[in-house]
Amino acid sequence: MELPLSENRRMKVDEFDSGKMLTHAARQAKDRNYKDFPIVDVDSHHYELESFNEILEYMTDPVMRQLAQSANAGNSKGVGVMPGGVGYQDMGGRVTRYPLRRIEKPEPGAHRDVSLTRRWMDAMGVDVAVMFPSPMLQLGLHPQVEAEVALAWAYNRWLCERVLAEEPRIRSMLYLPFNDPEASFRMVKEFAGKKGVVGFMVTSARHRPVHHNSYMKVYAAIEELGLPLAFHAGYNWNEQSMALMNKFISVHAIGFVFHNMVHMTNWVLNGIPERFPKLKVIWIESGLAWLPFMIQRLDNEYMMRSSECPALKKLPGEYITEMFYTSQPMEMPRDMSLLESTFKCIKAESQLLYSSDYPHWDFDLPSTIYDLPFLKDKAKRDILGGNACKLFKLGLGGQKLAKVA
Amino acid sequence: MAEVFVAKVDEFPDGERRIVSSGTHEIGVFHWQGQFYAYANMCLHQGGPACEGVIMHKVEDVIGPDRTWVGQKFSDERVHFVCPWHGYEYDIKTGECAADKRLRLKKYNVVRRGEEIYVSV
Repeated sequence: MELPLSENRRMKVDEFDSGKMLTHAARQAKDRNYKDFPIVDVDSHHYELESFNEILEYMTDPVMRQLAQSANAGNSKGVGVMPGGVGYQDMGGRVTRYPLRRIEKPEPGAHRDVSLTRRWMDAMGVDVAVMFPSPMLQLGLHPQVEAEVALAWAYNRWLCERVLAEEPRIRSMLYLPFNDPEASFRMVKEFAGKKGVVGFMVTSARHRPVHHNSYMKVYAAIEELGLPLAFHAGYNWNEQSMALMNKFISVHAIGFVFHNMVHMTNWVLNGIPERFPKLKVIWIESGLAWLPFMIQRLDNEYMMRSSECPALKKLPGEYITEMFYTSQPMEMPRDMSLLESTFKCIKAESQLLYSSDYPHWDFDLPSTIYDLPFLKDKAKRDILGGNACKLFKLGLGGQKLAKVA
Repeated sequence: MAEVFVAKVDEFPDGERRIVSSGTHEIGVFHWQGQFYAYANMCLHQGGPACEGVIMHKVEDVIGPDRTWVGQKFSDERVHFVCPWHGYEYDIKTGECAADKRLRLKKYNVVRRGEEIYVSV
C-alpha cells in the first residue's frame, strides 16, 4: 500500500508485521531479563471493527443486527452505527501501524485478534494482556441506549467465545452498557465466571453520574464476585467545553483525564467506597499527574465543606490512594522528582498496574517502569506484574508465558 | 574507524533511506535532495526505530501581518523523519528533535567512495 506524505509524495509499503516493528522492544525485553518475572499489561487494545461482521452475528435483536450489517457493508466500517467521528490518532499517518495494520497478516489458523495480540505481547515480554476494544470506547455516547446495550452484548459474547476462549494469555474486563443500569446488572450476572473475564469496565466518556442509585445493585454484584470495576478514560470532542479546543492534542491531553476526574469526584465524595468497601476500582488511561491534583484539591475543600460529604470517614485522598491505577500514558516530566513524588503520593508500589495501551499511538513499553531510577527491583516487578497478578488472582505462579528471546 | 557499506548510489534513490547495522550500531541513512545523512536508529523517547518512519515536511503555522492565524502549510525548507512508534520528529539535516532541540540523535559520518556510500562507525 502507499502512505500519503507531505508535498504529494507517497511511501510504498509492501508488508507489515507488528513483531518486526517492535524489534527494539524485543531487544529491551532481552536486555532487561523480562524472562525472569511476569509482566501483566492491564490496558491494551484491539480494533473490534475489523471483526464487526463476526460480532454482529452475536446480536440477538434482528432489526438492530440488520441495521448494523447494512452500515458495515463494503468499506464503511460501521459508520452510522458506532459513535465517534473526528480524531487523528494516527497523526496523519506518522504512526504508521495505524494504516499499515490493514496489510498485516495473522498466523494461519489463529483468529486475527489473537494472532496480532500474541505478536506484540511476545515482542514486549508481556505474559498476560487485559484487552479492551477501541472504537467502542465511545459507545457510551451513543444516543440510543438500546444500541449501546445490543452492541455491548454482542461484543462481549463474541469476545468470550472467539478470543478469550482461544488464548488464555488474553483477558478482558467486559464492557458494561452503563447507560442502562439494569442491562449492566444482567451483563455482570451473565458473564461473570466466563473464561478470561477478570472484571468489568465502564467507558468514562458518557453522561451518567456514577453515584446514581440505579447503579448500586451493579456495584454490589461486582463486589460480591470479588472482581474489579474499571473506568476506562476516553475523549469526547463534542463535549461543550472540549469543543472549545481546536487541536486533537488538546482534546486528547485534557479529555482523557476530564471524564475520570468527574467520575472520581462523584465516586469519592458520595461515599461509594464506604458503601462498597470490598469493591476494587481501577482508573485506566488517564496517566498519573492528575492524581496528586485530585488528592490535594479534594482534601483541601473537604476540610472546609465536610458537611456536604457526610458519608466520608476519612479524607478523599485516603480513598483515592486505596484505588488502583494503570500507568499509561505515564507523564515523563523533565524534572523526574515530580514523577517520584507522584509515585509516593499514590502509593504506586502497591496500587500501580503497568499498562501499554498498545497498539494505540501513545503506548508505553515495560521499560517505562523498569528504567525508573527511583524504584527498587521489587517495586518494578510488582508494578509490571505482581500487583496485577494479586488483584486479578491470575495464579501465574511466576511462570513466564511470553516468548522472550 | 570502520566503515559500513550502505548502498551503491544508483541503487539508493533520492528521498529514500537505508538501515544498516554493525555490531551494536544500527544506523538510518537518508538520501535527501542530493545529500546523505546518517543517525542512530534509536528514538530518544522509548527506543523506537526512529529512522524507519515516514519523511514529512515540517508543519508550519501561517500568521498574517496582523498576527491572526491564517492556516497551516508544509515547510519549504525543514524536513523531518518521524519515529513510527510515537511520532517523535527529527530534523533530517541535523538529527535535532523537533519538539525539543536540546535533544539530538547521534549522527554518523557518511562517506562517498566513487559510486558507493558508506557510514563511519
